[in-house]
Amino acid sequence: MSFLELTEVWGKPQKDIFFPSGSEVEESTDAPIQRTVQPIVTGSSVLALKFADGVMIAADNLASYGSLARFYDVERLTKVGDNTIVGAGGDISDYQQIQRLLEKLEIKEGNYGDGYALQPSYIHEYLSKVLYARRNKLDPYWNQLIVAGVDGENKEPYVAFADLRGTTYSAPAIATGFAMHLALPMLRKATDDDRWKTLSKESARATIDECMRVLFYRDARSLNKFSVATITPEGIEFQTDQSVSSKWAFAEKQYGYGTQTV
Amino acid sequence: MSQSQFDPYVQNGGTTVAIAGDGFAILAGDTRSVNGYNINTRFQPRVHEVGDDLVIGASGFEADALALVKRIQQRIDLYHDNHERKMSAQSCACMVRTLLYGKRFFPYYVYTTVAGIDKEGKGEIYSFDPVGSYEREWCRAGGSAANFITPFLDNQVNLHNQYVPGSHGKERKPRRLLKLEEAMKITTDAFTSAGERHIEVGDSVLVKIITKEGVETRIIPLKKD
Repeated sequence: MSFLELTEVWGKPQKDIFFPSGSEVEESTDAPIQRTVQPIVTGSSVLALKFADGVMIAADNLASYGSLARFYDVERLTKVGDNTIVGAGGDISDYQQIQRLLEKLEIKEGNYGDGYALQPSYIHEYLSKVLYARRNKLDPYWNQLIVAGVDGENKEPYVAFADLRGTTYSAPAIATGFAMHLALPMLRKATDDDRWKTLSKESARATIDECMRVLFYRDARSLNKFSVATITPEGIEFQTDQSVSSKWAFAEKQYGYGTQTV
Repeated sequence: MSQSQFDPYVQNGGTTVAIAGDGFAILAGDTRSVNGYNINTRFQPRVHEVGDDLVIGASGFEADALALVKRIQQRIDLYHDNHERKMSAQSCACMVRTLLYGKRFFPYYVYTTVAGIDKEGKGEIYSFDPVGSYEREWCRAGGSAANFITPFLDNQVNLHNQYVPGSHGKERKPRRLLKLEEAMKITTDAFTSAGERHIEVGDSVLVKIITKEGVETRIIPLKKD
């Protein structure tokens, strides 16, 4: 056998050795193992920011199937424990599986009855470990998650991120999906340089609404129907079926287009 | 039909600089965390105190970096239980090698640096590649702007291409151990200039200074652009 013939098979599994005819592998009629290789039914943006008294998190109610607006009453914010909201973008079925995991976690932790309550930072740690473990199996939960709440004894505002690769970070304002490009600059304008520490609840909500308006105008996978959760030491205010005003008149009647007459 | 495969890695940027000198070791890392052109956060510590006056710098894929640092901390706790003494930087480096090489065929995508103080009181720095090759050095830049900073450190710390004035390029400047404030100046300059040219470097630098007194933390602001 010449040298060149040998190099042909270098690095390739030899079929006759590893899968000989009549072997279990070759004869198997089982379907191959299925893994998430791409998200199917997807949610788009989630945005969250800290403000003086707590945190605010928002996500619209749309689940898309590619470019089809498939389901428009999907709740992408989940309450976990007494002072945490988890918001999800990405694959909706994977998100529903994560909801089940969180439900299991909440029941298990509640059953101890030891007076310790699940804090947002614990839930973020748990979720990031679940996501990282799945990425290590190359079988990820295809989601971007934002965990928002008031953390610990001092009820400090807490916003943190975790995604399908186990990447984690925390910041005064976080956004996923298209909002990372469109809304994050506006959120940062309101929160950067510790401005969130003096940001009122009303201003925070106005910022969220303005972000949702821009997203509705420019993100094709968005919907003008969304939920906003406000978490403060007093508790969670969960507002569903929210919407913002929008203008669809001709350009000449719009502020900011062409010669200004409006 | 070929399917697009899930890519388990992402580059989160970040740069670390380590300098060992007379009675100290510096380990510094910028705090910007990115994903492509997006800035995830402006404050993500990349240098971690793990106890026993040891500091670990880890940059690259942040999920792996944090998992690695957590495992190092767990192993140090176990070491205390088993041996009832402090872990030396040398032992720590040897252990980190096994953790990295243990994932040789699905590597931690991380550039790791271990910093501490040796028995003679000199700064001790070990640098690693993602699969565990390591060596002790006097200085090391790791992560995304390592290419920018390494030649600067070669020149300023190891005095490459520096000659005694008046010797007409005949006599090399003698090697010496840096003083702490000299090393801090070099570290600051390394990061400010890397921040000018590298989009993944900025926001601030978290500096850990290890001396026989313990570990001191400083923050150097960088441009937030």
